[in-house]
Amino acid sequence: MDKPWNNRAWFLVIPVFVLVAFSAIIPLMTVVNYSVQDIFGPGQAFWVGTEWFEKVLHDERLHDALVRQILFSLAVLAIEIPLGILVALSMPADKGWRTSLVLVLLALPLLIPWNVVGTIWQIFGRADIGLGGAAIRALGIDYNYTGNPRDAWLTVLVMDVWHWTSLVALLCYAGLRAIPPAYYQAAKIDGASRWAVFRHIELPKMRGVLIIAVLLRFMDSFMIYTEPFVLTGGGPGNATTFLSQYLTRMAVGQFDLGVAAAFSLIYFLIVLLFSYVFYTFITTVGTGDRS
Amino acid sequence: MTLRSHADDAVALPPRARARAASRLRVSRRTVVLVLYILFLLLPIYWMVNMSLKTNVEILSGLTLFPRDPTLQNYITIFTDPSWYSGYINSIKYVVLNTVISLTVALPAAYAFSRYRFLGDKHMFFWLLTNKMAPPAVFLLPFFQLYSTFGLFDTPLAVALAHCLFNVPLAVWILEGFMSGVPREIDETAYMDGYSFPRFFATIFVPLIRAGIGVTAFFCFMFSWVELLLARTLTAVEAKPIAATMTRTVSAAGMDWGLLAAAGVLTIIPGALVIWFVRNYIAKGFALGRV
Repeated sequence: MDKPWNNRAWFLVIPVFVLVAFSAIIPLMTVVNYSVQDIFGPGQAFWVGTEWFEKVLHDERLHDALVRQILFSLAVLAIEIPLGILVALSMPADKGWRTSLVLVLLALPLLIPWNVVGTIWQIFGRADIGLGGAAIRALGIDYNYTGNPRDAWLTVLVMDVWHWTSLVALLCYAGLRAIPPAYYQAAKIDGASRWAVFRHIELPKMRGVLIIAVLLRFMDSFMIYTEPFVLTGGGPGNATTFLSQYLTRMAVGQFDLGVAAAFSLIYFLIVLLFSYVFYTFITTVGTGDRS
Repeated sequence: MTLRSHADDAVALPPRARARAASRLRVSRRTVVLVLYILFLLLPIYWMVNMSLKTNVEILSGLTLFPRDPTLQNYITIFTDPSWYSGYINSIKYVVLNTVISLTVALPAAYAFSRYRFLGDKHMFFWLLTNKMAPPAVFLLPFFQLYSTFGLFDTPLAVALAHCLFNVPLAVWILEGFMSGVPREIDETAYMDGYSFPRFFATIFVPLIRAGIGVTAFFCFMFSWVELLLARTLTAVEAKPIAATMTRTVSAAGMDWGLLAAAGVLTIIPGALVIWFVRNYIAKGFALGRV
């Protein structure tokens, strides 16, 4: 893949550059501006240096939100990745209408507006009017996601599994379809067990899509906002207040602009770090350098 | 290679025959996993559809698996009350606007990335990716101020531009994946035949990748349709999206569950209708064209 070197290609990229600059760089500079100043109104700004950053780094509630966020993202990965692989392995391999139907059904949750995902689980999880909540109550468990922090947390987790496991499954399915049938035949002749086939053929071949899935799921779960906002509003207490929720509350609710801006920058840098890992990986895959 | 002849056998066998040849126990276990998972996916959706066809009296009087007395009243309310149906119109306005803008700027840029190397191309690509991965919450406040300054606040254009932040990079990435699949000889032949770049691009290249454009449009539409945080913050009355209408009703109108469920069902329909056409590209789209 040796593409010709041509700097005039920049002319084709300029529209994207201008548009994204308008919606990314200007806003980002505003955030930087806020993060180092105390702004009361037009023309009334005071340089405060790193004060807001120090305040953010010492904010107890923010630490709690960060810990909750990391726990949540790890739990999401620990459940969705294995479950997604399992579902992908269970999908039919032919190209008939059944496969198409399964693909469409699996993709359905991915296309539902995120607030409606919250609404669906809000309805489904209620013990008085929801099938799910009522079923758990019937098992003798005192389940109430609006009052009990543990139940709320678990409900958000199950909701995320419901919403996004299909993404992992679809990616893995695409990876599995790329395996030539000859590999399976060879394994059969060697008398390989199901586990050995998975471990030595399917898993290595899914490596590329799996890393994409892990990174996408990590980053998206790290930015989760809408679904818990609708389902629990971050409560009860702060049980389901994740980073985006806390940030929005600070910026729009309490109007702590300086702290919110400093927080935004730190938040953005964390995500940027993961983007870099993602990008490095994806460009390696893109050039066909698979081991 | 000693495995050669066996490998050829495997290729010759149709997939169905291979599935039959597999042990019966394993096939049934696969089906069980898949059926259970799809049940898990569909039950909450079914419950919402079920609830949207009930009256509030029936919803609150106890659990019923089917509406005893099916009513379309909730849907009629939505289609006749301007405060409801205007939400859908506003959402569709900014989503369509965003899809058009994203595709228009992304097409030439994706071509540049897929065909040429130029100064800073890799950095540019990475920078685009960071915007896809930026937490929308970070941009909330600056967007609010930026669009207020330009007098765009509470217009569909404001939301459409804000959604470009993640949809333009997405479009560039997916399109680049599809364009790289078109052999470069086609471009070279066209140029040799005396085609100018704009003419070649519009009359030869775009028709060649129309499947890719369709998939990209679907994903832009979808990601703009499901987003709530920015859409809600950048609008007040005039351009209020359906997602925001729904959250307001949840908190204020004394929980009109049937109406809420009906509104939710109506937001799922657009995605559910077009998903059939892109079923084979879903994984590719979500993996940013890398599968």
